[in-house]
Amino acid sequence: MQPVKQVSGRAYPWGAKNVDTDVIIPAHWLKTVTREGLGKGAFETVRAEPGNIFDDPRYAGSPVLIAGDNFGCGSSREHAAWALADLGITAVIAPSFSDIFSGNAFKNGIVTVVLPQDAIDRLIEVAKTDPVTVDLETMTVTTPFQDRFGFDLDPFRRQCLMEGLDEIGLTLARDAAISGYEAKVAGERPWLAKRAA
Amino acid sequence: MANPQTLYEKIWNAHVVEKRDDGTCLIYIDRHLVHEVTSPQAFAGLRANGRAVRRTDLTLAVPDHNLPTTPRVDAQGNELPIADRESATQLATLRANVAEFGVPYIDALAAEQGIVHVVGPEQGFTLPGTTLVCGDSHTAAHGALGALAFGIGTSEVEHVLATQTLQLAPSKSMEIRIEGPLGPGVTPKDVILHVIGRIGAAGGTGYVIEYTGSTIREMSIEGRLTVSNMSIEGGARAGLIAPDDVTFAYLKGRPMSPTGAEWDAAVAWWRGLASDAGATYDRTVLIDATEIVPSLTWGTSPEDVVPITGVVPDPESFADASKRAAARKSLDYMGLTPGTAMTDVTVQHVFIGSCTNSRIEDLRAAAVIADGRHVAQGVRALVVPGSGLVKRQAEAEGLDRIFVDAGFEWREPGCSMCLAMNPDKVPAGERCASTSNRNFVGRQGPGARTHLVSPAMAAAAAINGRLSDVRQFVSGETR
Ligand code: SF4
Repeated sequence: MQPVKQVSGRAYPWGAKNVDTDVIIPAHWLKTVTREGLGKGAFETVRAEPGNIFDDPRYAGSPVLIAGDNFGCGSSREHAAWALADLGITAVIAPSFSDIFSGNAFKNGIVTVVLPQDAIDRLIEVAKTDPVTVDLETMTVTTPFQDRFGFDLDPFRRQCLMEGLDEIGLTLARDAAISGYEAKVAGERPWLAKRAA
Repeated sequence: MANPQTLYEKIWNAHVVEKRDDGTCLIYIDRHLVHEVTSPQAFAGLRANGRAVRRTDLTLAVPDHNLPTTPRVDAQGNELPIADRESATQLATLRANVAEFGVPYIDALAAEQGIVHVVGPEQGFTLPGTTLVCGDSHTAAHGALGALAFGIGTSEVEHVLATQTLQLAPSKSMEIRIEGPLGPGVTPKDVILHVIGRIGAAGGTGYVIEYTGSTIREMSIEGRLTVSNMSIEGGARAGLIAPDDVTFAYLKGRPMSPTGAEWDAAVAWWRGLASDAGATYDRTVLIDATEIVPSLTWGTSPEDVVPITGVVPDPESFADASKRAAARKSLDYMGLTPGTAMTDVTVQHVFIGSCTNSRIEDLRAAAVIADGRHVAQGVRALVVPGSGLVKRQAEAEGLDRIFVDAGFEWREPGCSMCLAMNPDKVPAGERCASTSNRNFVGRQGPGARTHLVSPAMAAAAAINGRLSDVRQFVSGETR
C-alpha cells in the first residue's frame, strides 16, 4: 500500500449526515470482480442531481471528503471504501463513522478523521475556496488560515498508514510464528492438515 | 484442575498463534471456504502483490450465489451459457483464479456442487474444533458441528488466503439453553425463529452463541445446521454446538473426514471440547421448547416473529417509539393490516431452499406435506436442493416425483431465491413463504415480501395458497 503521511488538497465540502453505504456505492455495482472502476458508481444517486458537488469542476479530483455524522453506516460492503479510493479520496473528515466502514477504509489506505461538528462547519467554509491538509505526523487538520484541529488515531492504524504497511504484509512478517504453530499442530492434531479427498 | 472452560474458549485457545498486548490475537484458520462473490478482489490483491495462497490444502472453492438453478448443460452435455453477463464474469473469474492459485475447487458442473454451507459439512471439510471462515455471513452454520465458524470481508479473505490467519479480538459468550421435546409440526427452524424473536436481531451482537440443552442434543446435524445458520440473524457472528456422538456419526466416512487411526485420535480430541461443568458465560438465555409452536415472520426484520396461530401485530402495541415506527414501515412494505390472522395471508410464491433449509431432511419434511396434494392455483413453488448430492439423494428417494406431481418446480442446486443475485426472484409487491434466513427489504427482489418459515410450513403454504399451520396437515386435515 502507498504510505499516507499527509493528505493535502481540495476537499469536497459536503457535510451530509448518515451517508450510508448504498449512497456511497449502490448495490447494483456489487457484481464487479475488481476493486478498481467503482469511482464511476460512487455517489451515483447524489450525482443524478444537477449542480452536485461531485461533478463540480472546482472539486474534481479532491483527495479529501468532508461529511456529517455517522458516515458509512449500513452494510459491511468493502465496495464503499473501494469506490472512494477509486475516486481518489484518501481522507474523509466527519464527526463520526460506522465502525465497519472505518475498518474497511483503513484496510484500503483511507484515513478517517473524527472532528467535532464546529470544526467540520469551519472546514466546509474553507474548502469552498481553499485546500485543507490532513497531517498524520502531527495529527492535525490545518488550513491556509491558521486553523489547526487536532485529532486522535489508533496508534497501530496510524503506523500502518504512515509506513504503507498493509495488514497482510505485517502478518506475513510473523511467518516464523505461523510456521511454528503449524508444525506444533501437525504433531498434535494431524487430521487437520490433510484431507482424504 | 485447570479453570473450567467453554467450548468457545477451548477452540479459541487452541488457535492462538500470538497474542498482542491489547488482547488481539493472531488466530490460525483451519478451513477456508471460497465462493465467487467475495473472492475476486482478494485474488486480485494477491496477484498485485505477488503473493501465493499459503495453504491451498485448507481451502475449498465452490460457486453458488450467481448460478441459475435451471439446467446447466444441454442434451449433449455441453455447458449452457449464463445470460447475466456480470454473473457469468464472476463465475468465470472464480474458475480462472482457482486454476491460477491451485485452490481445490468444486465446479458448477460437478455432482458435489452446492451452497458453500451445505457442501462444507457434507464433504467432511467442516470438522469439530476447527476455525472455519468464508466471505459470507451464514458461515455461522458450520458451528453446528462444533467448529468456530464466521463470515469475513473481502480484505480478510485475502488475509486468510495469504497467511492462513486473522487478527481477532475475543468475543463475549452467550449460552442459549433449550430444554424439552418439540411438539408435532415444530422444527429446528421454528426453534431458531423463536430464539431470534426472543433475543432480538441485535441480541447476540458481540457474542458467540453456544446452543445447549436437551432439545439441541436430540436434534440431527441437519437440524442443528438450521439453528446455527441463523445465529447471524440474532446478531451473533458465530453459533456453536458441542460435538457429540451424533456429530461423529454424521462425519464418519465423509469424503474429506479423517480416516483410520487419525479418525480415532480426532474423535478422542473432539470429545474433550464440550464446555466444562462450571464454565461461565457472559449471558445465559433459557428457553422452554414445549412453548414453541410453528412460527414465522410478519415484518422485515428476522426478529419480527409470530406463532402461526397469531395475527399481524398492531405497531401501536410496541413499547418503544423506534420499534413502533419500524413496525409501521414494515407493515407498509409488507402490505399487511394489523389484526389479520397470519393464516389469512395469501402467497404467490413459495421457496424451499437456501443454506438454512435445503438439506435432505428439509426436503423430506416438505415432501410429506406435498405428497398426494397439489400446489394452489396462482402459486409458484420452487424446491432447490442445497447441493448436487442432496438432489441425487432426494431423487433416489423419489422426492422429486412427489414435488413435481404436486406442481412444485424441481431445480438445480444454488442460493436461488434466497437473494436476488440470480434469475430466481420474487416480483415487486408479491409475497413469498420462504425457508431462507433473511426477510430484509428487497432481499428476494426489489419490493418482494418475505415470510420466513420451516420447509413443512412452506409446503403447506404452497398447497393452501396462504400461510398455514402445518399441524393441520400433520393431523390429516386440510381445513
Ligand atoms: S443460500 Fe442465501 S444465505 Fe445462504 S449463502 Fe446463499 S445467499 Fe447466502
